[in-house]
Amino acid sequence: MFFDFARRNVRLHWLRSLLAVLGIIIGVVTIVSIGILGNSLVLAISDSLSTVGDSIIVTPHAGGMGFGGGGSTPGLISDRDVEQIRRAVAPQVTIPVYSGSSRMKIGTEDTVGVIYGLKPDDIPILLELSEGTYLRGASSAMVGARFAKNNDIKVGSRISVGDKGSLRVVGILEERGMGFDINPDYGIVVDSRWFEDAFGQDGYDLVIVKVKELTRIEEVKSDIERQLNRRETVVDVIDTRAILDTILTAFGQISTFVTAIGGISLIVAGVSILNVMLMSVTERIKEIGVLRSIGTRRKEIRRMFLYEALILGVIGSGIGGVLSIFGGYAISIAMLQTTEYLFVPSSLIYIAYGIVFGIGTSLLSGLYPAWKASNLNPIEALRHE
Amino acid sequence: MEEEINEICSNGSIIRFREVTKVYPLAGGDVRALDGISLDIAPGEFIAIMGPSGSGKSTLLNLMGCLDTPTGGDLCIKGRNTRGMTDEELTVLRRDHIGFIFQQFNLLPLLNALENVQYPLTLKTGGRDCTGRCREVLAAMDLDESLFSHKPGELSGGQQQRVAIARALVNDPEILLADEPTGNLDSKTGTAIMALLDDLNRNQGKTIIMVTHDPAIARYARRIIRIVDGKISSSGGEAAALANVF
Repeated sequence: MFFDFARRNVRLHWLRSLLAVLGIIIGVVTIVSIGILGNSLVLAISDSLSTVGDSIIVTPHAGGMGFGGGGSTPGLISDRDVEQIRRAVAPQVTIPVYSGSSRMKIGTEDTVGVIYGLKPDDIPILLELSEGTYLRGASSAMVGARFAKNNDIKVGSRISVGDKGSLRVVGILEERGMGFDINPDYGIVVDSRWFEDAFGQDGYDLVIVKVKELTRIEEVKSDIERQLNRRETVVDVIDTRAILDTILTAFGQISTFVTAIGGISLIVAGVSILNVMLMSVTERIKEIGVLRSIGTRRKEIRRMFLYEALILGVIGSGIGGVLSIFGGYAISIAMLQTTEYLFVPSSLIYIAYGIVFGIGTSLLSGLYPAWKASNLNPIEALRHE
Repeated sequence: MEEEINEICSNGSIIRFREVTKVYPLAGGDVRALDGISLDIAPGEFIAIMGPSGSGKSTLLNLMGCLDTPTGGDLCIKGRNTRGMTDEELTVLRRDHIGFIFQQFNLLPLLNALENVQYPLTLKTGGRDCTGRCREVLAAMDLDESLFSHKPGELSGGQQQRVAIARALVNDPEILLADEPTGNLDSKTGTAIMALLDDLNRNQGKTIIMVTHDPAIARYARRIIRIVDGKISSSGGEAAALANVF
């Protein structure tokens, strides 16, 4: 009955109600769209940082005098030390990596690119192939997706690496995105033996440990440190998942902050509902007096006005929720040039949040008017003209 | 103490005032609207309350209707002392035992005639469908069924007052409080409404307390109480009281 009363009153003052609903719609669309954008941003960054969350990267200690004993070159990791790491982390996979850069000549074009030297068996663990094959023979190379695109390199092309020799392209890699370990998108990958011969390097630049069970990352990291940093810190061990988490947390916080700014529009909408409800109470003082005189209790009057706020909130939030999909679509296209992350649960949940906040704001805005209406003196209310 | 309070109310009166005062604190000083009123109203009485403007008639009616509470003294409704009752208790007492009839009808504009009558009954029954009972009460008010779906604005004054009386009666209250029930009606419609109230009093035993300025309307009452300056100046049968009025 009280709900029906509220519904009729909303309909009677349809223009006023419409404006209040419009405020909620705008508030919900704003908060949801910004929320979706923030989440899409986090997802996009997460994707572009590649699948590096399951890796531990071991590098020579920054500022240190070199790595371990065993006759290794300072600033590099020797075969003996790689073995130590392998023993420490077994059964996890250990991948030693050479890394450098060089001038390259593709056809008649000169360019500069990154070169990674990897054992052929390790390559499929780290990198995915887009076309062609993995390395075949010591003088073959695989090319990063961007490097291939920018330099018009195809399977079968030849690349001259400075004065080190010529390589035949046997495969193009899948785009990998920015990683904390290696970034082959803008470079080439060669056999580690060719790299050793060409650059005469007596040690690796980094070692990547792929951890199968993510819950064991901390444990594996500790094992490496215990094994290699026993006497002094000679190696830096980086847990990529922790870096990823830190970055994503930071972006998540930025996203929450921006969404909160969007929430201001919802507060404005709440003030609009408060205004509409107060007007409704003022206009209906006599009616409230009549309702009280024929036996309506205070809590029933309160309920009647809260229902009114609820109706405005539900309509506004419902429409706002639906329009948010379009808002999220538009803002994603405008800011990220993709809607890839729009229809994922973590983005869509913002619609539910927006609807809940919209309804909550409406109810909060209706509290004071409802309280005011229920506390009117019935005699004075009956005398009101 | 509680026993003493309840004992005051156990004399068989449907409404009892014992030394009731009502003081309104205003900026310019307190206004004593009722000054030590003592009054017993028996079940089934038809009473007219008369007096000049500002004499305390409406205050008396508001206290009887539990819309207000006395500043001092005891007020008993249906054998229950209202002293110390919460707003919730007073509202339920009003809802279940008292019907209000207003000069300006005060129907709810959002509801049609039938819904206006249904409203108090729904309050009492908690939303149970009570259309049959409401139609019955409306029909007893000589209101054509075709008007049941009309909003108050689509009804004449007399029709609105009939709906208002039906609304007051739908919960079958023992007490009907009427504030100038014919004040907004022409004399012919007013007479018809008064005949209706008279019938409710005589044939259904409703206790009716009516505030009026109109001696012709007051003649329907079996007892007339005259109030001057917040005190009862006379209370008695129709002839005696009207003699005091004029």
